[in-house]
Amino acid sequence: MSADRAATARPDGARRTGADVPALVLNGVTKTYRVRGRNRKLVTAVDDVSFTVAPGAAVGLVGASGSGKTTLARMIAGSQRPSYGTIDFGQLAVHRLHTRGLRRYHHRVQMVFQDPYGALNPLHTVEYTIARPCQNFLGMSARQAQARVHELLETVGLTPPAQFAAKLPHQLSGGQRQRVVIARALACDPDLIVADEPVSMLDVSLRAGVLRLLAKLRAERGLSLLYITHDLLSARVVTDEILVLNGGRIVEQGPTKRVLQHPKDDYTIRLLDAVANPYAIAAAAPSIDTTAASTP
Amino acid sequence: MSMLTAVPPPTEAPGTRAEITISHGRSVPVPLLFLGRAFRTLWSNGKARIGLCIVGLFILVAIIAPLIAPHSPTATTFTPYSSPNGTNLFGTTGNGQDVFSQMLYGARVSLLVGLSAGLLATFVAVTIGLIAGYRPGPVDEVLSFITNLALVIPAIPLMIILAAYLPNRSVWTIVFVVAFTSWATGARVMRSQASTLRSREFVTSAVFSGERLGRVVFREILPNMTSLVASSFFSAATAAVMAEASLEFLGLGNPNTVSWGTILYYAQQQNALLTGQWVLVFAPGLAIAMLAVSFTLINFGVDALSNPRLREK
Amino acid sequence: MALLSASGVNVVYQPSRGQRISAVRDVDLSLEQGEFVGLVGESGCGKSTLGFALTRMLRPPARLERGQIIFDGVDVSSLDGEELRRRRRNGFALVLQSGMNALNPVRTVGRHFGDILKAHAEPGEKHSAAAVRERGTELLGKVHLDPDVLSRFPHELSGGMRQRVSIALALSLEPQLIVFDEPTTALDVIVQGAVMQTIKELQREHKFTALLISHDLGVVLESTDRVLVMYAGRIVEDQPSRDLLTGPHHPYTEALLSCYGDPRADEVQLGEIPGSPPDLSLSEPGCPFTPRCPLAEEVCHTVDPPLTILGRGRAACHVRAPLVSVESGAAHVR
Repeated sequence: MSADRAATARPDGARRTGADVPALVLNGVTKTYRVRGRNRKLVTAVDDVSFTVAPGAAVGLVGASGSGKTTLARMIAGSQRPSYGTIDFGQLAVHRLHTRGLRRYHHRVQMVFQDPYGALNPLHTVEYTIARPCQNFLGMSARQAQARVHELLETVGLTPPAQFAAKLPHQLSGGQRQRVVIARALACDPDLIVADEPVSMLDVSLRAGVLRLLAKLRAERGLSLLYITHDLLSARVVTDEILVLNGGRIVEQGPTKRVLQHPKDDYTIRLLDAVANPYAIAAAAPSIDTTAASTP
Repeated sequence: MSMLTAVPPPTEAPGTRAEITISHGRSVPVPLLFLGRAFRTLWSNGKARIGLCIVGLFILVAIIAPLIAPHSPTATTFTPYSSPNGTNLFGTTGNGQDVFSQMLYGARVSLLVGLSAGLLATFVAVTIGLIAGYRPGPVDEVLSFITNLALVIPAIPLMIILAAYLPNRSVWTIVFVVAFTSWATGARVMRSQASTLRSREFVTSAVFSGERLGRVVFREILPNMTSLVASSFFSAATAAVMAEASLEFLGLGNPNTVSWGTILYYAQQQNALLTGQWVLVFAPGLAIAMLAVSFTLINFGVDALSNPRLREK
Repeated sequence: MALLSASGVNVVYQPSRGQRISAVRDVDLSLEQGEFVGLVGESGCGKSTLGFALTRMLRPPARLERGQIIFDGVDVSSLDGEELRRRRRNGFALVLQSGMNALNPVRTVGRHFGDILKAHAEPGEKHSAAAVRERGTELLGKVHLDPDVLSRFPHELSGGMRQRVSIALALSLEPQLIVFDEPTTALDVIVQGAVMQTIKELQREHKFTALLISHDLGVVLESTDRVLVMYAGRIVEDQPSRDLLTGPHHPYTEALLSCYGDPRADEVQLGEIPGSPPDLSLSEPGCPFTPRCPLAEEVCHTVDPPLTILGRGRAACHVRAPLVSVESGAAHVR
């Protein structure tokens, strides 16, 4: 892994080596809020959640809507604060950060959003969008940033980069936009990427490509990945470890393959059954060659 | 830069390379170029084009009024109460002034008040709307309260009171009064738009990209409100043109300035309709209406301003 | 005889002058009485547009340019106004993706039932408040909702409940055909399964013909008898669900199937389809899937393959369903 990291040119020099990449540590994170309305009920969205994303790990956080995964993602991103508990990333106490500190934090932790249509400003070119973090975090000049934008576009598979750099979001397809969003997240060379349902709004035919890109980046750059989703299939493909969230609590956790093959919690089983899976039907039918059409 | 020209942005026909360089460069765009692009966008809409032509004509008239006006607008050297004739195309006032010349010079005041009151009102609306929309909580509540208060106060009576009690009566008094009474609608719309945009993912993404507050507001949020800002400007300008004429007509302006409003004021004072001088009422009335309509027409084209998809067509 | 048969259906969108998007191109299909058919394709392939066209719900700028739609022996493509409204009773209904948007937020669920029953009442037929209540209770029961939902407003219901209300409303006129347009897409994963289960039960019990439009081949294969696969405005494959799953004809279907997998498997390999679907505002020769197709041959670039009978279904592919004689009329089956 360390060889891989060395191979990727870090624009800011040897700022970090494998050893000092911190882990993201959540400890007893709880979020409660009052519902608006007559009775002002106290709702617990996230209830005493603790876990660690180790350097280079890929952790999946799965749950249906209302499981608290979005609230958790917001707290990890620093845009909401836990009511109780701590979120630490190395020296940074994320649950206490303000504007300045958050900016330092975002240098190391980036986010990929669900909606590639909403995550890009319709008025900015791809180049502007990706160049901004390079300039803000890495202190690059416009010229240096431009070179890096092209490099990043190549990395995420948008070639020829010069052509894509000048495009506006509405001229791109959904899959291409999501690649731009990923390129932007990579721009400041973060240690951890929090991906919130990055493929759920894409056509199935494009999912594997984006997932493969995330896996590749993780392998090549030693990134850690926190992958938030309701889709167990995609979680299976990109994560090593999985946490199943229900009603704001972690109900099951462990290595992804083990949890999915031998689920213990009822909720995990229901989520598994919810995966639209033609092959479950096919299992009853005579065997078919399912790998024939898959691209390498 | 050669690679940039290979793929021109969709907004423009090929050949506008200056624009491409600007949108590409990370420097703040030159306002003139921004206005140029906005103008081209508006021009592409049929209705807005008509509006722009009319406004353009008025502006031209206002600028070259001294060159084309046959007489001085204040000279009282003609036969009073005369109907349109060869010397006085629109007739004369009861004081013996040439109405046609007054009309030409009057365009200056109406445009000046309309555009500057529009600008001022829009500036206040954008500032208050942006701050309120971007800072939910107490700041928003206070600003929204003020905005709502300003909205429910009837504008015309307030204008009249303000205009009547302010010490020096000049065109600028009217600009100030009109701006003061017409910013609220715009501010309210801006606030809701800004607060919607604030929660959009691209704004959150910009914060993740390390953008500071000013940049988030002015480069991410504000450009997406361009059409609102423009529409608010043209609405305020329309209101200002009308309000200026109303105040002048009521005698609350400076009766010594030459404007369409004062022509109407004197026409009323001197019973122009009774003396059969319908031109004195008709000409300034039509001019005011035309200017107001042209601003409204331009408003039809502003939707395309912050929607690159619409601009393409 | 088929309940619905459509031939040569073409739908174009003309959002502004000079723009012309052919969203549905020369579609031939038929739905048998009591059949549960799926219509699958990626976003922008024209599947919803086709669903709207079949139920005569197209609104400008979309319009049915050409084509014949025979429903229950009547050509509905030329019906208008009053006649069309009458056809909706015991005719066809449409259930949309978002139950929230389909329901009026200021009317209770009970009022919705009242509205729909009154709007489609026979001349002289009266619907008293009690009758509406009774009918509403009965219909809500069918979709597993309590009768007290009748007095509630749409915003007081969860997404799944709203979608169930939409389905109950669609049932209220006892249609022979219900088109479900992405009925579960906006719902939570776990709720999705339950709503699909209800749809399947209702279909079996009431024997109406159902057309399920979805982007998710997995969902469609789990519930339907037969699947139509759409690509770039055309139907490229038509097969019984089981056959399609085990032996897809069209390379697109095959590639689409490879994008699914079992999260429980020992080894999970997901396929993808590189590239993107063609721009429907352009009209290019050849098979529209050619640029993304691993099997493409020379003829694919120039000749658009017609939908040809193959096995127990149909497919439009030069490689998999080669034409013996180039007689496009042979493409019609059923």
